[in-house]
Amino acid sequence: MEQVIANGLYLGAQYALIALGLTLIFALMNVLNFAHGQLYVLGGFVTYTIYGQLGLPFPVALVCSGLTLAVVGAAIEKYLFRTVIRRSVREESTMLLAAAIAFFLDSVILLLFGEKQRGVPKIIDGVFISDAVILPYDRILVGVLAVLMIAAFVLFMQYSKPGRAMRALAQDRIAAQLMGVNVNRYSMIGFALGAMLAGVVGGLLVTITGVNSGIGGPISIKAFLMVMIGGAGVVGGAIAGGFILGMMESVGLTVLREFGDVTYLVIFALLMVFLSIRPNGLMGKPWG
Amino acid sequence: MINRRTTLKTLAIGAVSALAFTAAALSSAAAQNKTLKIGFVGVTSGPAAAWGTSNVRSMQVRADWLNEIGGVKIGDETYDISIVTFDDQKDPKRAIAGMEKMAQEGIHYVVGPNVDDGAAAVRPVAEANGIIYFPYAFPKELYTPPASNAVLGMVANYQSGPAIYKYLMENKGVKTVAFVAANESDPLSQRDSGVAAAKALGLEVVAENDTYQTDTRDFTPIMTPIVRLQPDLLVLSGVAPANAPQLIRSARELGYQGLISAETAQDANVLQEGAGELANGFISVGGASTPEIRSPEMEEFIERYTKAYGEYNDESNTKVYALDYIIETLKANPAAIDDVEEFKKTMETFSAPNPYIKGESELKYVGMSSFGQKRQISVPMVVTEFKDGAFETLFIGEVD
Repeated sequence: MEQVIANGLYLGAQYALIALGLTLIFALMNVLNFAHGQLYVLGGFVTYTIYGQLGLPFPVALVCSGLTLAVVGAAIEKYLFRTVIRRSVREESTMLLAAAIAFFLDSVILLLFGEKQRGVPKIIDGVFISDAVILPYDRILVGVLAVLMIAAFVLFMQYSKPGRAMRALAQDRIAAQLMGVNVNRYSMIGFALGAMLAGVVGGLLVTITGVNSGIGGPISIKAFLMVMIGGAGVVGGAIAGGFILGMMESVGLTVLREFGDVTYLVIFALLMVFLSIRPNGLMGKPWG
Repeated sequence: MINRRTTLKTLAIGAVSALAFTAAALSSAAAQNKTLKIGFVGVTSGPAAAWGTSNVRSMQVRADWLNEIGGVKIGDETYDISIVTFDDQKDPKRAIAGMEKMAQEGIHYVVGPNVDDGAAAVRPVAEANGIIYFPYAFPKELYTPPASNAVLGMVANYQSGPAIYKYLMENKGVKTVAFVAANESDPLSQRDSGVAAAKALGLEVVAENDTYQTDTRDFTPIMTPIVRLQPDLLVLSGVAPANAPQLIRSARELGYQGLISAETAQDANVLQEGAGELANGFISVGGASTPEIRSPEMEEFIERYTKAYGEYNDESNTKVYALDYIIETLKANPAAIDDVEEFKKTMETFSAPNPYIKGESELKYVGMSSFGQKRQISVPMVVTEFKDGAFETLFIGEVD
């Protein structure tokens, strides 16, 4: 059971970090960013290129992944979402735009990096072995880094000026504007931050799971699942959703293994029941 | 008056004219070549993309090579080969659309699809439109009567699996086996036939229900309960090249010491990048040409492929065969070029020298034992062991 809990916590930390960027973008702009998984994949490939191919140190690659995705995110917000939001009153327009960006990025990534699964050398060798738990050190490191990043993100949102501005935007866009918050600027920063989180987690996890051009869609679906559990647009909800999903997956894959691949069937069934009782998820919206 | 300048001018004009005539004659000869379109419908994107990509690249390299040496003479005509490709994204609906596109283009010979459900889905379209197709999929009903348009392009898992298990029982003392498969039709059906073969050989199957989603990124929770059972052999049924390194890595990191095998072809670079030395000892069905048996033509094919795409995929040793089988069978019976019934008749007696193997080896259709009719191409069954970034030959078998 200890192993199952350890697996669940480790998965949960990864998942929470993936979901954070998605929920931040939703909170700020009310945009369902279907391209979140593709941003994750792009971050993975940047780390693959810099760390795996060019042989530069892993922290350099991780920083490059974050910066690249921040720039890509800022550009997407400034030149695509901002324009569409300004010109269209229908929410579907941003959803369609997000889907189009996802397909576009899928194709670009395929062209640039090819179709193969890619991996990089382990960042740390060895396995922690005790009577109850076996966990490779690189997974422990990634889990700890994920928790630290989540903590840093929460502190940033809580105490920094941009964080406060973005929280104000998420609570009430018009009121924030009336109070002098530069909506365009902080929307762009928020989108860049969300994309950066996707890139950083993609870069972190490429050391363990590798990356390939086809996984963006499934990553997005999983991220949406976590956000739905925790409550759309709520940072705490995304974190909770990530850990809940990680734990459910770990427990389900152990307890239900004799019945074949029913873990996600059960998770989706439970989610349907849960959403019928709490349609806004655990923590609902708005946050702040 | 003829002076030196005039002579030089005349010579120059003459030389240019001669060159122009030669070029025109050559281009006219090239233009006289008809085009023979060969189709490909299969997966070239997503986690299983390596399977279809190795098909497309093998076909393209071989076609370019044949065109470069003047085309292919079939009957009285010489043809340039043109490869028409369609990415079905491993989706049966798209595979049907792809096969319909081939029919619309008047193509009668198609390589692919790469997976079971896609191959089954395109069957009605292929049969209705007179298309012979070469799937890399294993359902027997595609190749057994009354079906007759599909020709298996590789060695099936129910042919390689028992051979691998038997070898491991005899040479490595394997007694217990666990199976894990993706929750998709191909891997599940391959797992079922693998379990049946293992039981028939007297192996104790300690796990046969463990499955995973194909989009799983971290396999540790899936492998944890299987590793606890400590089987002598862990079979990754129908595993996609993208998933194999992660599954191997998770199992090894959790302390699994036994053997790991798969009956699907894998990519050495992907294994090396994703699992490194943890993948050493991994047994899989390799490309049908090991360094010990390959001919100079195969060496040249590998060289051309590597030059064109930057890296080689061992699986292409098998994937190169389908196009040669199509062309050589058409050469044997030119009437088959737009009549697949003629192609089927020729398959019964067809044989041609195998250009990719040293010595006396033949291209021929097989499958009588498995399907009751010749609906499989004959390629060497090469079982390999991964070691330090490359596949080493474990043993070579043959299908009848």
